[in-house]
Amino acid sequence: MILGIKPYFEGVRNLSIIEAKNLSKVFGKNTKQAVELLGKGLSKEEILKETGCTVGVNRATFSVDPGEVFVIMGLSGSGKSTLVRLINRLIEPTEGSILIEGDNLATMDKKELRNVRRDKLGMVFQKFALFPHRTILENAEFGLEIQNVPKEERRKKATEALELVGLGGYLNQKPSQLSGGMQQRVGLARALTNDPEVLLMDEAFSALDPLIRKDMQDELMDLQAKMQKTIVFITHDLDEALRIGDRIALMKDGSIVQIGTPEEILVHPKNDYVEKFVEDIDRSKVLTAQHIMKRPETVNIEKHGPRVALERMREEGLSGMYVVDSKRNLKGYVTADDASNARKNNINDLKEILTNNIPKVDKDTSLNDIFDLIHDAPMPVAVVEEGKLIGIIVRGAVLAALSSDSEVNMENA
Amino acid sequence: MLDNMLEFIPSIPLSEWTTRATDWITDKFAILFDPIKEHFGNFMEFTSEALLAVPAVLIILLVAVISFFITGRKFGLAAFSIVGLWLIYNQGLWEHLMSTFTLVLLASLLSVIIGVPIGILMSKSRIAEAIFTPILDFMQTMPAFVYLIPAVAFFGIGMVPGVFASLIFATPPTVRFTNLGIRQVSKELVEASEAFGSTGAQKLFKVQLPMARATIMAGINQTVMLALSMVVIASMIGAPGLGREVLSALQRAQVGPGFVAGVGIVILAIIIDRITQNMNKDKNA
Repeated sequence: MILGIKPYFEGVRNLSIIEAKNLSKVFGKNTKQAVELLGKGLSKEEILKETGCTVGVNRATFSVDPGEVFVIMGLSGSGKSTLVRLINRLIEPTEGSILIEGDNLATMDKKELRNVRRDKLGMVFQKFALFPHRTILENAEFGLEIQNVPKEERRKKATEALELVGLGGYLNQKPSQLSGGMQQRVGLARALTNDPEVLLMDEAFSALDPLIRKDMQDELMDLQAKMQKTIVFITHDLDEALRIGDRIALMKDGSIVQIGTPEEILVHPKNDYVEKFVEDIDRSKVLTAQHIMKRPETVNIEKHGPRVALERMREEGLSGMYVVDSKRNLKGYVTADDASNARKNNINDLKEILTNNIPKVDKDTSLNDIFDLIHDAPMPVAVVEEGKLIGIIVRGAVLAALSSDSEVNMENA
Repeated sequence: MLDNMLEFIPSIPLSEWTTRATDWITDKFAILFDPIKEHFGNFMEFTSEALLAVPAVLIILLVAVISFFITGRKFGLAAFSIVGLWLIYNQGLWEHLMSTFTLVLLASLLSVIIGVPIGILMSKSRIAEAIFTPILDFMQTMPAFVYLIPAVAFFGIGMVPGVFASLIFATPPTVRFTNLGIRQVSKELVEASEAFGSTGAQKLFKVQLPMARATIMAGINQTVMLALSMVVIASMIGAPGLGREVLSALQRAQVGPGFVAGVGIVILAIIIDRITQNMNKDKNA
């Protein structure tokens, strides 16, 4: 399969924890007419001209698997913040349905909605939205407090959540005494205290400065490895989306333009908009060894000797070659010079002339990390997977991959 | 000549209607007004007398101690309270001071009890806001003297109509600031409380009111000040206190006594204002 893309068929999977169908939000007075026009496929501007209504979200259809990090990304005004608020119905949908574990949130009464919010949906906000009049502990326990959980129990759970995000020592401080990064940890702990199945994170790290943001992303990924929550993460930052997302939904003018894994978005942009969007991305962070490697020419240590090796190098026009066994386990590297000398000296075993000092990388190594290695290496870099040679990378391939209009060879993976 | 155009109908008997309406209300609601007048009047007298029963020196000290702590352990206001209150005592106005204080206290308490819920209602409902805003404008711009007339009609003379008139005059700031304070609570905070599944009441009491507290307190401070400013006016319908001293000095053209009683009101105003303002700031600052 190409690039390990998960099969994705909208609406067919029944395991989804969140499922949105034709979810739309129109702001304004004449929403009925606007929704009708949406159905006819009119654009956001046309509808604004026709009805005076602003389209927030235009028939968004997607589903999110349990344990998945689903990133909704787009520029400001693309409707991503509206979309996340439709998922917990902080904003009333104009049309369409939003299913949380099969129950339609859009048609629930207030009490049912409240229960779903309490049990299943946690939310983290862009500007943290901590209650300034409450201590850190009181902030974290808020979700349980409004469920009338006994004080001792909720304090215990809140403390645990705060310890999880590394704030065990700040229980009795007020939010204003903490730095931005720490405040957002509190926001995260507050959402985790309820132990929800879904975490909605609305630009959760956007208000933090870049270094702290990166730390928080790493930390979120660490936490996610332990917790296996379903996370819907809103961001306008493509780097962030690519870093943490299992899948990314790209939004423009209220519509979802493309849904896919980071690789799919990057390598197979569905249209010009997506392409333009990913143009500026630092490809060195996203592309990995397997994207730029090519098929290696090898000699088999069990069957071939220096003579065959030399012959094959001549055929391929190479100055050296990787040596594998019959199971493609990487054994070493042999240069043309060594093979030629061996032939002269009547050495018939490749083992004696193998170089073991070879540059090796895993298939998931990012381009960024390959740079240094390839710069110093006298031979192509070997790409290995569980000891087996699956490809080689030549210097030119790295540079080529970094120019955004290059065709990355996907068939290798 | 042109003015004839304006006389297309005879003069509308607006004042007559008002009089009749007031008479009608006085008549029909006597069952309601009379017990209020009697019980509330008794209660006020009781409060006033209870305050007088406490030795003046204790009250002065108590006010000084409260001032000291509420201003964050500073001596300024405490010292001012001691000197100011002693001066009032020294001028033989202590009894009047207690009456005035009772009137201001009760009028303010009632204003808050009535004003805060109306403010909350206005913040929650656009319709309520549309209805109450012009009423509040009316209450605040109508000359305060005008309220005295129905107040007398309903409750006779004395402290009770004084409180009634003060109530109408002094409630609007509390209502307005409560409404404003709740509306100013950041949208994200309200969303946060909703996202975790708060009920309406939980949202109000755990997030909106605590967050709006400073603004509401500023409104209450205004209300107390307005209630105090009604003291002189209310004395025209027989409310006792420092205001009555000012009024009688005015009627007899006696500058001295008028000034002294006036200073008494100023001292009380400053103490109340500083104390309520500092209640607003307190620890979180």
